[in-house]
Amino acid sequence: MRSVLTICCMLSCFFAAAKTITVGKGRAFQTITAGIAAAAGGDTVLVYPGIYREKNLLISKSLVLKGIDFPVLDGEHRYEIISVKASAVTVEGFKLLHSGVSSLEDIAGIKVYDARDVVISNNILNDSFFGIYIQNGTNCIVENNLLTGTAKNEQQSGNGIHSWKCDSMRIIGNTVSGHRDGIYFEFVKNSVIWRNKAQNNIRYGLHFMFSNDDMYVSNIFENNGSGVSVMFSKNIKMFSNYFAENWGDASHGILLKEISDGYLQGNYFEKNTSAVYMEGANRIRMTYNSFRNNGWALKIQASCMDVELERNNFIGNTFDVGTNGTLVQNTFNNNYWDKYEGYDLNKDGKGDIPYHPVSMYSMIVEKYASAMILFRSFITTLLDKTEKILPVLTPENLRDNSPLMKKAF
Amino acid sequence: MRKIVKYVVADILRNRTVLVYTVALFAAAFTVFSLEDNNSKGVLSLLNIILIIVPLVSIIFSAIYVYNSSEFVELLVSQPLKRKTIWLSLFSGLAFSLTLAFFAGVGIPVLIYQPNLLGLTMMAVGSLLSIIFVAIAMLATVIIRDKAKGIGAAILLWLYFSLLFDGFVLFLLFQFADYPLEKPMIAISAMNPIDLSRILILLQLDVSAMMGYTGAVFKDFFGTYSGISFSILVLMSWVAVPVWYATRKFNKQDL
Repeated sequence: MRSVLTICCMLSCFFAAAKTITVGKGRAFQTITAGIAAAAGGDTVLVYPGIYREKNLLISKSLVLKGIDFPVLDGEHRYEIISVKASAVTVEGFKLLHSGVSSLEDIAGIKVYDARDVVISNNILNDSFFGIYIQNGTNCIVENNLLTGTAKNEQQSGNGIHSWKCDSMRIIGNTVSGHRDGIYFEFVKNSVIWRNKAQNNIRYGLHFMFSNDDMYVSNIFENNGSGVSVMFSKNIKMFSNYFAENWGDASHGILLKEISDGYLQGNYFEKNTSAVYMEGANRIRMTYNSFRNNGWALKIQASCMDVELERNNFIGNTFDVGTNGTLVQNTFNNNYWDKYEGYDLNKDGKGDIPYHPVSMYSMIVEKYASAMILFRSFITTLLDKTEKILPVLTPENLRDNSPLMKKAF
Repeated sequence: MRKIVKYVVADILRNRTVLVYTVALFAAAFTVFSLEDNNSKGVLSLLNIILIIVPLVSIIFSAIYVYNSSEFVELLVSQPLKRKTIWLSLFSGLAFSLTLAFFAGVGIPVLIYQPNLLGLTMMAVGSLLSIIFVAIAMLATVIIRDKAKGIGAAILLWLYFSLLFDGFVLFLLFQFADYPLEKPMIAISAMNPIDLSRILILLQLDVSAMMGYTGAVFKDFFGTYSGISFSILVLMSWVAVPVWYATRKFNKQDL
């Protein structure tokens, strides 16, 4: 039975062989619109270099639209450049300039409407409002695109790669800068964000809302307005990402707000004002992360529960942990803290006295921000030392019972 | 003037105290850098040395030296020399030799382990602090003629600048927590050279934490060229004003 099916398939392929339609100066078609109109489902439209001003390109058949040497599609600041309204469409190798801007509609450089198996790869998008917008897509791939926005403020700018109500997305190897959020996920399930780079975006490098069972791996988030934000989501896995230089009072490496069952492993946080900020986070597990030279490595609000930290390295941070209350329902175990001053008599590599990562001064600064100006002065050092001996302000339960003597990895 | 400065410097260098101070600084700086596995922790220990030990030694040594050389000063005054010249030479000699000691003691390890902007800031701030506390000591000695009282006053002044003042500021912070205190804090920090120096180093050392809202205000002020020149100007005036006042006082003083 199966072999008969296979033969039928092969035969149908043979007879209905996909055509290739060429578009460009001196080719079969002068405009892409005409080329698309002439194509049937399964055909390939090859676009040769040139500048095309075709208002809105609507693709409502399953075809491959491929640019050679980056033909330019100009949206003239007025149009949505490519709208994909069919499944199994590939858009590859274009340079898209100046999409329209609208505060009523979400105009994008490339927008996909209710489709599946769409591939958008190797495109360059400059000065678009939203970059690549997938609305109700399933099993789509957004790969190796370069998005450069010109966003000035949050109100009048769009996101780089925006996914809304999607399933099984793969966002791979894109570079996004100058947009509102680099990558935005809302109601997106079972998706992967891998090897992307989001930098110099106005708000977040990556923004998750109500998206469950997703994973982001090996991405770089640098210099974004306020880092990465994961909110109201479940089962998010965050592996081997790099978060750097997210500076500002409301700025974080990652903001984890109202999320549960997250897992962070092997991430690297460097020079952020606060590397990880947790609020209402439940059942989060953090292992093998590096925190280096951050203002606060971890700000963990008293509303968090069952957060487990194990085998992380805390090196050169101004404050290791900051919190806002004395209620502690989280566990710290076997982390390396460079500020640990204890000893290890039985030589098992673990310190014999617990480490209290919350210093008194971080509690004071949390309450009175201006007190930062007195940091590292004689009197505050004295206060810190006194507090270490007789804890009054700092939560007694927030401690690492067996801190490592050497780096965890 | 140059002759007197030369004499003062030679006299101080012959005096073992400054030599011991140099060696102690050198040993301390080298140990903190080689003991800690990462240099930034060494820098922190060094920061404490610069903000606590350097002012203490500068102020007490200068006070004692000025009191001890009162006979020498009297002898010079009997010569056809301007009082101003004598006093300023004494100041220059003290400032020069203590700065030299600081440079030799801390400068070499810093140049080896931290040859960057942070190291440079530390050097600049440390030498300015040395000079400032010489100036303050000379002001104290010219006002208080009694040696025991004078040295006591010098110690109290040091205690005030390095501990009591900050306690007072912390108290103010807590009392006026409901008000926007960022800008007044900048003004208040200008009233203590040790605080000002500490902030300058802090901006290099804890830049990430300083980028929080309040910190950003400080960073916006102290991190800019005008802010840095303001700080240096203030530190300079912490030298100029005491020296000027002390010189005026010395000019009219009945020795």
